[in-house]
Amino acid sequence: MLLNQFLILGALLFSLGIYGLLVRRNAVMVLLSIELMLNAVNVNLVAFEAFLQNANVGGQIFAIFVITVAAAEVGVGLAIILMIFRNRTSANIDELDLMKW
Amino acid sequence: MIKLTNFAIAATETGRAAQYGEGNPFLEWAWLIVIVPFLAFLAIVFFGKRLPRRGGEIAVGAMAFVAVYAAVLFIMNVTGGVEFVGDPVEVGKIGTFAIEWGWVVDGLSSMMYLVVGLLAFLIFTYALGYMEGDVRVTWFFAAFTLFAGSMLLLVSAPNLIQLIVGWEGVGLSSYLLIGHYWEDKENSSAGMKAFYVNKVADIGLIIGAFVLAIPVGSFRISDILTAVVDNPEAIETVAMVGAVLLFIGAMGKSAQFPFHVWLPDAMAGPTPVSALMHAATMVTAGVYLVARMFPLYAEMAADARGLVITIGAITLIIAGLLAVVQDDIKKVLAYSTVSQLGYMVAALGAGAYTAGLFHLWTHAFFKGLLFLGAGSVIHSVHSNNMSDMGGLRKPMPVTFSTFVAGTLALAGIFPLAGFFSKDEVLAAFNHEGYTAVLVIGIIGAFITAFYMARTVFLTFYGTYKGHGHPHESPKVMTVPMMILAGLAVVGGWVNIPGLYTGFTEWVGTRAHPIAEHHAESFDWPVLAIGLTAALLGIVAGYLLYFKDKQTQLERDTFRIPLLWPLLEHKYYLDDLYLGGIVNPIKGPIARFVNWTNSYIFDGIVNGAGFLARAVAGVVYGVFDQRGIDLALNGLAFTTDGAGGKTRLLQTGKVQQYAGATVIGAALLVIGFVIFR
Amino acid sequence: MGWFDNGWGLSLIVFLPMVGALAVLFTPKANEAAIKALSLGFTVVTLGLATLMAFRFDFGASEVFQFGTSLTWIESINSGYHIGVDGISLPLLVLSAFVTVLAVIYSFNHWPEPHNPKGFMALTLVLATGMNGTFVALDLVLFFVFFELVLLPMYFMIGIWGDKAIMKIPGFNREVETRLYAAIKFFLFTLFGSAFMLLGFLALYFKSGEFVAERTFDIPLLIHLGSNGAFTGTFAFLVFGALFLGFAVKVPMWPFHTWLPDAHTAAPTVGSVLLAAILLKLGAYGFIRISLPILPDMAKDWAPAIAILAVIGIIYGSLACLAQTDMKRLIAFSSVGHMGFVMLGIASMTSVGINAAIIGMVAHGVITGLLFFVAGSMSHRYHTRDMGRLGGNMKVMPIMGGILGFTAMASLGLPGLAGFWGEFMALFGAYSPLAGLNTTLFRTAMVLGAIGTVLTAGYMLWMLQKVNLGEPSAEWEGQHFHDVDAYELTAWVPLVVAIVAIGVFPRLVLGATNDAVVSLVTKAFGG
Repeated sequence: MLLNQFLILGALLFSLGIYGLLVRRNAVMVLLSIELMLNAVNVNLVAFEAFLQNANVGGQIFAIFVITVAAAEVGVGLAIILMIFRNRTSANIDELDLMKW
Repeated sequence: MIKLTNFAIAATETGRAAQYGEGNPFLEWAWLIVIVPFLAFLAIVFFGKRLPRRGGEIAVGAMAFVAVYAAVLFIMNVTGGVEFVGDPVEVGKIGTFAIEWGWVVDGLSSMMYLVVGLLAFLIFTYALGYMEGDVRVTWFFAAFTLFAGSMLLLVSAPNLIQLIVGWEGVGLSSYLLIGHYWEDKENSSAGMKAFYVNKVADIGLIIGAFVLAIPVGSFRISDILTAVVDNPEAIETVAMVGAVLLFIGAMGKSAQFPFHVWLPDAMAGPTPVSALMHAATMVTAGVYLVARMFPLYAEMAADARGLVITIGAITLIIAGLLAVVQDDIKKVLAYSTVSQLGYMVAALGAGAYTAGLFHLWTHAFFKGLLFLGAGSVIHSVHSNNMSDMGGLRKPMPVTFSTFVAGTLALAGIFPLAGFFSKDEVLAAFNHEGYTAVLVIGIIGAFITAFYMARTVFLTFYGTYKGHGHPHESPKVMTVPMMILAGLAVVGGWVNIPGLYTGFTEWVGTRAHPIAEHHAESFDWPVLAIGLTAALLGIVAGYLLYFKDKQTQLERDTFRIPLLWPLLEHKYYLDDLYLGGIVNPIKGPIARFVNWTNSYIFDGIVNGAGFLARAVAGVVYGVFDQRGIDLALNGLAFTTDGAGGKTRLLQTGKVQQYAGATVIGAALLVIGFVIFR
Repeated sequence: MGWFDNGWGLSLIVFLPMVGALAVLFTPKANEAAIKALSLGFTVVTLGLATLMAFRFDFGASEVFQFGTSLTWIESINSGYHIGVDGISLPLLVLSAFVTVLAVIYSFNHWPEPHNPKGFMALTLVLATGMNGTFVALDLVLFFVFFELVLLPMYFMIGIWGDKAIMKIPGFNREVETRLYAAIKFFLFTLFGSAFMLLGFLALYFKSGEFVAERTFDIPLLIHLGSNGAFTGTFAFLVFGALFLGFAVKVPMWPFHTWLPDAHTAAPTVGSVLLAAILLKLGAYGFIRISLPILPDMAKDWAPAIAILAVIGIIYGSLACLAQTDMKRLIAFSSVGHMGFVMLGIASMTSVGINAAIIGMVAHGVITGLLFFVAGSMSHRYHTRDMGRLGGNMKVMPIMGGILGFTAMASLGLPGLAGFWGEFMALFGAYSPLAGLNTTLFRTAMVLGAIGTVLTAGYMLWMLQKVNLGEPSAEWEGQHFHDVDAYELTAWVPLVVAIVAIGVFPRLVLGATNDAVVSLVTKAFGG
């Protein structure tokens, strides 16, 4: 059974997501990095489902949940970013530090 | 000495039934004697100023009423005997003890009513002349009336409370009258002295009243005497203590040694006051008290009588000696009064009830007379000192002759009043076996005659040394003197042993008859010695003082070493009282007490106050402000500071947060792996 | 007259002055005539009611509380509006109403500075309510409320209208305005005592729960319990001590007296009069009404201590008088002595002694009240109370001098005037105290008390000599002094009459008190 390969893929995707999350300046890219991390989780969920041969197919269902939530999240996130961009003509995340002390 | 059994027997023998008693209108209304002077007092105070004689007429009128009423009562007593106790008005109840106002008419009190009423009437009349033009004549008569009224209240008392009320009333009026010329501090001080000395002695009277009233259960004199007579053993100690205490009160009023010091100073008052005070109203009160309570002394308290006779004997001799060295004519008479009171008290102490009262009776006449005479002289010479007098027999013939009559009566020359009474007193000493006292009494008789002769010679003989031209006093003054002179002559004839002894019966009380020895005839040896002593005294006075000399120093040639300075300083008693008692209390002791009040008791209070404030300061400043507040503020400041530092972590940069989260998660994973 | 007898009459006597105070408060300040009329009207009506009560009083049953009522008041602590008068409180109630009227009349022509009739009258009326209320209260809480109510108006009277001179506090290097010092001292000192008193009341309240179903503040009920031996042992001893502190400060007994001379000296004339005439009586009344009957056994234990303190007070007060130069202060100290006689009477625990205390209180009220009136008027005229500067007053103002002389005579206990009976009977009581008390101690106390009467005569005559007699000092030469005016006479003559009347006919007081006192003594001490 091929589990390790899927897990390695998931880890790579997750690491790429973290990297993007931490270093990209563009807010849209940060959002996409988060999607990447979520998909890494999806890969893991499906892989473990198949590996454990669970009759309840819980992993796949959770993967679908994650995809749905991610879609919603990206919708809201993009809307916010759009509004910020309209107000400030920039989506540079470094400049968005209004929440500091 | 009288034994109990004798007394009981005598009670039945001499207990003559009184003819007048219950239901007699004169007796039922006898309270008027007491009330009228008090009403007159009020009338004079409120309306006196508007009357032509400024209130004097009311006073004289009231006293005339008293004198007449008293005379009626006296005659009733003489003719048939009077024994009456009015229905008392109960004015209050304390526990079971009633406070009552009442009045008593019996032999003793009717005699006193007459003496007070008659003397007061004559002296008041005299005062109309003497006090004319005085600054406060209205007030003088008001207080004078109060004086007589208080004395009558005292005499009429059927219970000890009323007696005390009258007693202190007399003290008050004497204070007012002695200090009549209060512009001078000396006069008001003399009044105060009289009041204090009496007040000190009154402690005895008041406590004595308690002592007697508690076991008997009543303040009524009759109840007390009945208890004493009926059941002597039961309250023997009480009676003894009570008798002594009452006598201390009497010593104050009757100016007995050592309380006699107030009386000579009391001469600061106007002369009529001295006359009334010495003859009838004040100094006789003590004698009256002892007489009124006589069964107590006669039976229950033989030891108490020992005290009484001792005090009386001491008083009669020391006061007599003091009279010899005085220059002030009124002071001579004052000390003479003290001395004569000593006779009365000693007589009562010897158990000679009648003799004591008899001397009171005659003394009232001639001492009143002598004071009026002295007043008449002072009135015309404007000085009290005999060194300013002399040769007055020519310009003042009436005063002179009456004064001489009084002198002879006082000296005890036959057949004047003083002869009979003094002889009876001396005979009583002899009969009761008090030989020492008898000797003192005879020496006293010599001294009496001597200083009176001195007074007469210095005042009326020789040459006049004063200022102005002395003149005889007006009729309003001389007539009372003449009446009194008459009484001073005949007053003693009411009790001549073997001939007529009416006085003995008059003053006997029937409810509690007095048992005593009554001489059937004169005690001839005593009479002879006493009379000789008196005559010798006059002769000595003649030899030393008849020859006119200019100064006091020249006149008093017989200066006995030791005794003379003692007499000049009045035995240092005044100095002792002033220096030993009054001044320390007034000065250092009072100041000390006040000091303790300000510095100790107030100090504690103020100290507590200041301490509380100081503690409050500490609590607030140290504990509150620097303790609790400091901790709270410190906490707040620490939080504030820490917040200031930590808030820097919140940069608002999302990726830093995310980084931190990743690092945290990584650390967790690593920790999980390692410590699994 | 059913309404009158059922508590309404008594309530009116207590609260009419309070209503009057409110009425005065709602009168414009400028309208002095209305203020005078209102305050006089209310006090006179109060006096009228009190007099009517005295006439309707059943003297045959003077030991019974009459004219009373008992209503629920504070249900949660079972404290009721229980009032009533018996022979002990009636004379004091009438005295209080009587003196208040005279004080108001006197004020009309003697407004103390700062001139503020409205405030002054309002306070006087409030004071009247407090005083009258204390004498009729038959519930400990009610008693306490009235007892404390008198503090406030008196505090303001002294503090606002008092002597503005700067005084140095002896022993401390501080200076303070006399009125402020005196007012604060008076207030705090009295409050200090009352705090203990309240503790005592509470202790009685909680202890009473052991004997009756519901804990109670009711005085007659507590007396009933007390006379049946409910309160004993250390508990009762401490309770008596607490009550003692509260009452002794008010009396005042030596050594709790030091607020008195300052308060009297600083207070305006009317304040001094009311303070001396009525306020001092509250303490002694408390002893007779509360301490003695509720805690009879403890009263016996405490009696020697009370007697000793009383006698010290007599001697001490008299001696302190001799050292005074200030006339008002002298009179104030004389109160210490006179109240000593009152307390000596109470300490004897006999009907004689307690009667003496009550008649002594009434007499002291009228006499010392009058003395303060006269002293106030004199310092008003001379602008000094220093006796060294006065003198010859009989020449300057003969009528005032005469009244002063008369009152001083009454004060030194001259027989035939009111002051005599209190002293005489107190000594009589001390001569034969209640069986079981130490006779020797009490007789010594009596002798010392009797010496005290001599000292009393001493300082009174001394004061007369300094103030009344002699020649007026040159200082006053050429100045015109107005002798007594109509207002003064109106206020004083009734007091003079009362002094003579009580002196000649003590039944005016004893008639009411004797049966009540005998019954009290019988119940408490069994005869």
